Amino acid sequence: MAVIKKRKTNTGVGQGAPPWPTIVLFLLPAFLLYTVFMIWPLVQSMIFSTFEFKGLARGAFVGLANFRELFTRFPLNEQLPRAFMHNGVFFIGTMLIQNTLGLLFALLLSKAPFGKRFFQTVYTMPYLISALVVGYLWSLMLNPLFGPVNQILKLIGLSDLARPWLGDPATALPVIILVNAWQWMGFPMLLFAAGLANIGNDIREAATIDGANAWQLFRRIELPLLTPVIGIITVLTFIGNFNAFGIVWALGGVGGEPAGSTDVLGLVFYRTAFRGGVDAFGLASALAVLMFLFIFGISNIVLRWFRRMESDLT
Amino acid sequence: MTTNHNANYPRKRRKIEAGKAATAVLLWGYAAVVLLPLLLVIGNTMRPSREIFKHPVGFPTSINFDSYIRAWQEANFNTYFVNSLLITVSAVVLATAVASSAAYILGRYSFKGSKILSAYFLAGLMLPFRLAIVPLFLLLNDLGLIDSRFGLILVYAATGIPFSVFILSAFFRQLPPELSEAARIDGAGEFTIFSRIMLPLVRPALATVTVFQFVPLWNDFFFPLVLLRSTDKWTLPVGMTRFFGEFQTDWSTLFAGLIITTLPLVILFLLATKQIIAGLTAGVSK
Repeated sequence: MAVIKKRKTNTGVGQGAPPWPTIVLFLLPAFLLYTVFMIWPLVQSMIFSTFEFKGLARGAFVGLANFRELFTRFPLNEQLPRAFMHNGVFFIGTMLIQNTLGLLFALLLSKAPFGKRFFQTVYTMPYLISALVVGYLWSLMLNPLFGPVNQILKLIGLSDLARPWLGDPATALPVIILVNAWQWMGFPMLLFAAGLANIGNDIREAATIDGANAWQLFRRIELPLLTPVIGIITVLTFIGNFNAFGIVWALGGVGGEPAGSTDVLGLVFYRTAFRGGVDAFGLASALAVLMFLFIFGISNIVLRWFRRMESDLT
Repeated sequence: MTTNHNANYPRKRRKIEAGKAATAVLLWGYAAVVLLPLLLVIGNTMRPSREIFKHPVGFPTSINFDSYIRAWQEANFNTYFVNSLLITVSAVVLATAVASSAAYILGRYSFKGSKILSAYFLAGLMLPFRLAIVPLFLLLNDLGLIDSRFGLILVYAATGIPFSVFILSAFFRQLPPELSEAARIDGAGEFTIFSRIMLPLVRPALATVTVFQFVPLWNDFFFPLVLLRSTDKWTLPVGMTRFFGEFQTDWSTLFAGLIITTLPLVILFLLATKQIIAGLTAGVSK
C-alpha cells in the first residue's frame, strides 16, 4: 500500500496515481476483453499444437506429432512449401512494385506545387475497399471473355497480350501482386511522404547550394534519412503479405487456383483448420505456431537490422 | 558555375519543364489507373448485363438503379448490410469505450506495473491474430457464441483495443496536468475528470481511432466466414462469396453489389480523410 502514497512526478503528467480500486476499475474492461479474446487464444494455440484433437474434443498430449504430420502427410507436405514460396514471391514482388511506386509518388508529390492533397486522396482510396471486393472487382476486369482489360488491350492493338490472366498458372500470382499493389500503394506513399516531410528543408538547401542535383539529393540525403520509414514499410509489407487471405480467395478461390499456383499460407491454414479431417484442430494449431514464430521472428530481425543501419548512419 | 550560368539557362529551363510534364503525366496516369476501374464499375451498374457482355467498356445509356435494387432485395444485401453495420458499429463503440478509460489511466499516471501493462496492450499491434482462430473458435463454442453476432462483436472489439490504447494514451499524456488538478481541488472524482474534462479534449484522437477501427472491421472476411453460419447473420464480405456464385451471369448486379459494400467507407473517407491519413501514418509523422 506504500506504493500509492509515494507520489511519482517524474512522468511529467503531474499527480500521483489514484487509489488501486480506481485504477483497476478503469483498466479492467479493456484488459479482460483483450486478454480473453485475443491473448489467451494465442497462448492456447501453442498448447493445442501439442495435443491430438478429435473434432472439437481435445485428446491426449502428443508432443510434436502434429508438427511432424504437417511435413509428412499428403497433400500438406506438398502444399505447405509451395504456399510458403508463393508468400515469398508475393512479398518480394510487393516490395519491388508497390513500395517502389509508393516512394516514387511520395517524391513527386513532395515537390508538386499543387494537387498534392488530391493525388494523395485518390491514391489512398483503394485501401478502403475490402481485399475481397478488390479481388472480385479485378476478377471481373480480367475475365477472359467479357473483361475490360483484354478488351482495352485489343482496342489499342495489343491483342497478343490479351490472355486469361487468372486462368494461366504463369500469370495468376503476378496478377495478384499487381492487384494487391493497386489496393495498397497509397499506404507506403503516405508513410514515405511523412518521412520526407520530417527531413528539414535546411539540409536540402545546404545540399543544393553545394551543387547537388536532384538525383544526388535523393541518393545521398533523402534515401538514407528514410531508412527508418523503409524499415517500417518492409515489416508491415512482410506481415501483410504473409497474412494475405481475402484477395487470394477472391482471385484464386479457397484452393488457390489455377492448379494451386496462387495458394498461400493463409489459405492452407484455413483449409487445414476448417476443411481438414477429424484431427484438423491440432494440425492447424501446429501450423499457426510455425507461422507465428516465422512472422514474428523475421519481423523482429528485420526491425533490428534496420535499427542498426539507422544508427550506423548517424 | 557562375560563368556557365547564362549559357546553361535555357537548357536547364527546358529540362525543368520537361521534368514537370513527366511528373504530371505520371501523376495523372496513376490517378487514371486507380479511378478508371472504379468509374467503369459505377458505369456498368447502370448497363444491362447483355450490353456489358457485348461491349465490356462503354458508357451507360440511361441513369437507372435497377441493379442496386436487385442486389439489395434479391441478393440479400439488405440483410448483409444491416448485419455489417450493427456488428461494426457495436464493436467500434465497445472497443473505444473500454480503450479510452484504460488509455486515460495508462497515459496520465505511472504506478506499479503501468509500463508493463502499456507494453502488454501494445504487443497486440504486432500479433497476427487470425492464427488464434482454433482456440477462439472453441472458446466461443463453449460460450455458446458460435453463429452469434454478439460473439463476433466481442472478438472485433478485442482486436481494436491495442491500436486505440496506443493512440489515445499518447494523446492523454500530452494534456496539461493543471486541468485535472483544478477539478480535483473542486472535489471532482476520477471518473468525472475523465469523462467531463479529459475525454472531450482528446476528441480528435477519438475520431482517428473510431474511423481507423471501422475500416478493417467492415471489410473483414475471415472471422465472419469462420464464426457465422446462418446466412441471415452474414456480413457483406461473406455474403459476397455466395453472391458471386449465384449471380455469375448478372454482371450489372455484381457490380452494384461491389458498390453497395464499398459506399459507406467512401462516405466515411470523404468525411474523415484527415483522421484516416493520421491513422495510417501514426508513428511515422511528427
